[in-house]
Amino acid sequence: MSSNKILELQQIKREFVMGTEIVRALKGVSFDVFSGEFVTIMGSSGSGKTTLLNILGCLDKPTSGNYLLDGVNVSGLSRNELARLRNHKIGFVFQAYNLLPRTSALENVELPLFYNPELSGQERRDRALGALQSVNLADREHHTPSQLSGGQQQRVAIARALVNHPVMILADEATGNLDTRTSYEIMALMQELNQQEGKTIVFVTHEPDIAAFSSRTVMLRDGKVVKDSKNENVRSAKEALAALPPAEDY
Amino acid sequence: MYAQRKRHWQHCLLLKIINQPDIMSAINLIMIALKALQRNKLRAFLTMLGIIIGVAAVIAMVAIGQGSKESIQAQLSSMGSNMITVLPSSNVSGGVRIGGDSYQSLTLVDVLAIQKNAQYVSAVSPVASTKGQAIYGALNWPTTLQGVAPSYFDIRKLTVNDGVSFSDADVTTAAKVCLLGQTVINNLFPSGESPVGKVIRLGSIPLQVIGTLAPKGQSSFGQDQDDIILTPYTTVQKRILATIYFQSIYASAVSEGTSDKATNEIIDILRTTHRLRPADENNFQVRTMEELIKTLSSTTSLLTILLTAIAGISLIIGGIGIMNIMYVSVTERTREIGLRMSIGARGIDILMQFLVEAILISVTGGIIGVILGITSAQVITLTLGWPTLVSESSIVLSFVVCAFTGVFFGYYPAQAASRLDPIEALRYE
Repeated sequence: MSSNKILELQQIKREFVMGTEIVRALKGVSFDVFSGEFVTIMGSSGSGKTTLLNILGCLDKPTSGNYLLDGVNVSGLSRNELARLRNHKIGFVFQAYNLLPRTSALENVELPLFYNPELSGQERRDRALGALQSVNLADREHHTPSQLSGGQQQRVAIARALVNHPVMILADEATGNLDTRTSYEIMALMQELNQQEGKTIVFVTHEPDIAAFSSRTVMLRDGKVVKDSKNENVRSAKEALAALPPAEDY
Repeated sequence: MYAQRKRHWQHCLLLKIINQPDIMSAINLIMIALKALQRNKLRAFLTMLGIIIGVAAVIAMVAIGQGSKESIQAQLSSMGSNMITVLPSSNVSGGVRIGGDSYQSLTLVDVLAIQKNAQYVSAVSPVASTKGQAIYGALNWPTTLQGVAPSYFDIRKLTVNDGVSFSDADVTTAAKVCLLGQTVINNLFPSGESPVGKVIRLGSIPLQVIGTLAPKGQSSFGQDQDDIILTPYTTVQKRILATIYFQSIYASAVSEGTSDKATNEIIDILRTTHRLRPADENNFQVRTMEELIKTLSSTTSLLTILLTAIAGISLIIGGIGIMNIMYVSVTERTREIGLRMSIGARGIDILMQFLVEAILISVTGGIIGVILGITSAQVITLTLGWPTLVSESSIVLSFVVCAFTGVFFGYYPAQAASRLDPIEALRYE
């Protein structure tokens, strides 16, 4: 595993003005993420988790402090440059999947590539098919979201996150809408992408259960990092899946 | 060799142009917008409907307006819209003004001079008319006998229904032949027998009927144009009135547009033949149909403007429909916009997407509207028998207006979409 830094957070502060009050959501957060790591960011609601996620995802900029994504200092970038950065470096996976309705899986996966004018139509298609293959959904390319299960929809969303070859996959409660079995399936896929393809994954969650599958956990409380620990014995999602009682049939 | 290299170079240049990121992103943009519309076919169609109806209405309405204008003009032309009438005018004789009717100044010399010298006059004919009682067998009918030259038929756009017209030879010999108008025929030959070949009398003079005139109906002043008997002018002058003067001279200008020039020419010629000094008043007057044409075409223009205005309003309502739907669409698709932003769409990309969607809707609606408008104009002509004329300018105009409508009414919703905050948009419920 190479040890180059994908993320560098240096004393990140983020303040919001709510009427006359200043809310300090992040009070100086610092940590680095190296290439090939699988980091979970944990914290209860109000811990600044969402604010940190927005900053990591280049949707928001810190009030002070430096955030370097793949060596680029995000603080000095314009709105358009941030959009370009999101397109090239980050693959988002959301809790609610956010797939376009009435649109085939393939077209949903292709979507980020439409904002990348360097690609031709053929390249776009090939890449999208490749991404669908890597989440084992190549046979569902023409299905629309309403024809797919929740787990399958989330896998399409993961394929969409992979399609632009980002340096990092940023997942926001990606298993929040799924049952245990499907959650484990998604985590197994994440682990596979992380271990076999060396993808860097930052996974925001509040479930300790899910955090056990990652190699490192950053714990937030009241806008500060309270714990940042390597996970010595990473739980295998595949084994966990096998250990679950067989699916009940009604 | 050189040509080959040049072609190769051109090919490379073409590839370079096609692969320009700007053009690629423009193509992508259109594809994004097309796909977004595809997802909501019904909504896109309903939005389009406003534009379709607006454009179709504009084209059909203008077609009706133009059609009736055209047909009124055609009717005027059939009446002889380039017709010029010369009448003797009032004059002063020993301090007393004498009315034009009693004053006689027009002679064959004038007619021949016009025929010979006027460039903008295509035909000229004198008219010597008199009133009299036409008699056939036991029936009689009071009517007007007009003595004219053969060119009169051209000038007044008269056609011979049955039989023949008289010739120059008939004029020379003052032949006792005539053509009857429909009203005269109805009164002298009520049983429906053909009058051609029969001999009628006008007073004591027998005239052989050699033809009948196609009915012309009422003139625009309410005169019955069919209550007439036509005969060579020499016949009237020599055999009935025993005069060398004419009541009027009819001429036709080469075209409608040259009737002014022709009028001036005739005035000049007649002043010469009448030997008028520069200070003298004209002892004749020249009239054209132009006033009538102007009045009628301004009426029909007004009709066209009115219809276009009504149709234009429906086009604007269609545009507001687009704006309305686009605003709703932006709100409804807030999450989609958030998602697109999170995966790398810039504000301008979102703006352009919604703008292109609006333009696609309005332009597609415009094309369908043009087709529908032309079709309905034809249907109106076929079913109601109204004359219609689809003009290119109305097609181009309504098309430009609806493309403009797309941009104008699409811009504000698109701008609203592009200014959304991706974080808020993603969390929007």
